[in-house]
Amino acid sequence: MKELLLGNEAIARGAYEAGVKVATAYPGTPSTEITECIAKYDNIYAEWSPNEKVALEVAIGSAISGGRTIVSMKHVGLNVAADPLFTVAYTGVNAGLVIVVADDPGMHSSQNEQNTRYYGKAANIPILEPSDSQEAKDFVIFAFELSEKYDTPVIIRMTTRVSHSQSIVELCEPQGQKLKEYKKDISKYVMMPGMAKARHIIVEDRMNNLADDSNSMSINEVETNDRSVGIITSGISYQYVKEVLPNASILKLGMVYPLPDKLIREFASTVDKLYVIEELEPFIEEHVKSMGIEIASDGLFSIQGELSGNIIYSKLTGKELNKKSPAAVPGRPPVLCPGCPHRGVYYALKKLKLHATGDIGCYTLGALPPLEGIDTCICMGASIGMVHGIEKTRGRKETEKWIGVIGDSTFIHSGITGLIDIVYNKGISTVVILDNSTTGMTGHQDHPATGKTIKGEPAPVLNLVELISAIGIKNIKVVDPYDIAKVEEVLMEETKRQEPSVIIFSRPCALLTKKKEKPFTIDQNKCRHCNICMGLACPAITRDGKTLSIDKTLCNGCGLCADICRFNAIERLVD
Amino acid sequence: MATTNILIVGVGGQGTLLASRIIGNLAMDLGYDVKMSEVHGMSQRGGSVVTHVKYGNKVFSPLIEIGTADIIIAFEKLEALRWSHYLSDTGTMIVNNQRIDPLPVILGTAHYPTDVMDEIKSRSFRCIEVDALNIARNLGNDKVLNTVLLGVLAKQLDMPIKNWLAAVEANVPSKTIAINKKAFNEGYNQSIW
Repeated sequence: MKELLLGNEAIARGAYEAGVKVATAYPGTPSTEITECIAKYDNIYAEWSPNEKVALEVAIGSAISGGRTIVSMKHVGLNVAADPLFTVAYTGVNAGLVIVVADDPGMHSSQNEQNTRYYGKAANIPILEPSDSQEAKDFVIFAFELSEKYDTPVIIRMTTRVSHSQSIVELCEPQGQKLKEYKKDISKYVMMPGMAKARHIIVEDRMNNLADDSNSMSINEVETNDRSVGIITSGISYQYVKEVLPNASILKLGMVYPLPDKLIREFASTVDKLYVIEELEPFIEEHVKSMGIEIASDGLFSIQGELSGNIIYSKLTGKELNKKSPAAVPGRPPVLCPGCPHRGVYYALKKLKLHATGDIGCYTLGALPPLEGIDTCICMGASIGMVHGIEKTRGRKETEKWIGVIGDSTFIHSGITGLIDIVYNKGISTVVILDNSTTGMTGHQDHPATGKTIKGEPAPVLNLVELISAIGIKNIKVVDPYDIAKVEEVLMEETKRQEPSVIIFSRPCALLTKKKEKPFTIDQNKCRHCNICMGLACPAITRDGKTLSIDKTLCNGCGLCADICRFNAIERLVD
Repeated sequence: MATTNILIVGVGGQGTLLASRIIGNLAMDLGYDVKMSEVHGMSQRGGSVVTHVKYGNKVFSPLIEIGTADIIIAFEKLEALRWSHYLSDTGTMIVNNQRIDPLPVILGTAHYPTDVMDEIKSRSFRCIEVDALNIARNLGNDKVLNTVLLGVLAKQLDMPIKNWLAAVEANVPSKTIAINKKAFNEGYNQSIW
């Protein structure tokens, strides 16, 4: 049977067919759908872990104890999981362990475009790169075989265009997988110096064997065609090459680390001009160059952003394929949704002239004009540590003008330890948790405080107030962010306080609330065109010339605009 | 056969993903190779969104290159203009003549071009303007504007109507099948080409 699947759905299907026992993840674009789809298979245990490090640790436990396991994350998630990553390469895995990492060249939904290939090289872990959904599925099955044959974790590196493209996949029956036997073996699984030294020898041997064997691996393929141009490529770049240079000879690498030296040398010797075509840093190219092979693409491509058929064609031929320039049009940046519970808080921050260290989530959008609610965004959890750092360098008085802003899911992911730091090291910072009861930006995934598992089953609810109280925060306020007067009051009060405090602005994401309140309308007789409501950046409020109006199909009835209107010109529609 | 390239553009939340999935599944059921590329994550929040749909005997890249779209379906006028350089020299622009102001326009830091339809037309080999939102609204559900636009598209492509209707039925929520089929037919009958 054939089905049209996203690359991410195909990874999930591959996990199912490979007989995976356990799947873990923390959501992150462009990887999120992998584990969402796996969760639909009844016979696979799936979970949203609190963060990627925990997800990988759960996965290691599962694999070592004998069940095939898959763990998924976005590229920056691998930074969080890097600690266990480097050492599981030493211990090996017992049952197969596949780590799917989705990179985001072009930064469609990310804060950087780091390249996961370097992790494979740094941690001594093989990396596979599928180029479409069929390969995504096939490579998962192959990765499990590789993982068990060489007793190593295997990384599958996806990119946005493979993860979020759909193509046709042939579905197969799942393989029955029995649990592998678990044997206690401290020389293999207890990585203290004496044992780790012995395991490092095994790691080096394993990588040498993998490098040798990669020359004959089925996923590294040569397509012989016109020999005047030879191209070494992998992943989505392969598809672009096939589209614009159909006659070129190609060495398509399914495994990009370790690289098949013999195969590369043979291929290079059969073509007149050799190019390496890859997105981001020249990872394969540098290796080929280090082998003393001359390549024509040296320095030809940027390390920034994505490739395209047009870019490849023009770089290789010096000719433009389709020359058309875009029209000049205003941009359309993403915005907070109508009724978003974060909006009022940002409005208040601006009004009170507060600075904020920000974090990763929908609320990062509040950095843009006109809300301009945050000063920084670095990584998951950074807001809390950073606001503490600002206090320690600029002093207590200055700290009254700063807060840390973080979401509920992000706080659980990696904000908790920052808060412990503030208490332990006698900080006085105010931390604001924008609690919308979900992981919003990635499309509403549950987390430990939502009371539901990934499979929709009821789960114990992490009580944020009790947790924060246990950390040692004495001043905790829980406020409805729709109550704008209260929002301002509590922000003023807590930022002045000479003790650490946490304000939880609690209201579910507007997209989760099924029942819509009646929309609002602007009374044109009362409106004085002061434009104060425009400062909310609500997509439902529009302006035509001087006239302001509310699109009633977009308005979600939150009433924030009515609350801040000085002339009572905004009222709720009645039937 | 060369691939058929259809670019679907609009504003996050308008239902462009569903439209692309209907076309993709239809093409697969008719025996074509299909690839599509979607946008998830940040830009879905009211931002400019684009979906690529390609089908033919064999499709390699999931992305449509600049100047190679046979058809662009634009759910909004400004988005039609934004992506118009993707249209091929003989391509057709199908545009829902709805206007949705982006935030910079609302804030007064940018202007929505007043002659947007003229500019779209001057940049398109053919342009079909549809009042899809009002057609959908008259049917009683703004959301079916995507199936109205699919109806307009269906007239431009050589795929049997009964397969179109089956694909619509298979991909929309079961409660909305009837209204979506109506919307599709309305769209199909709009097109003068």
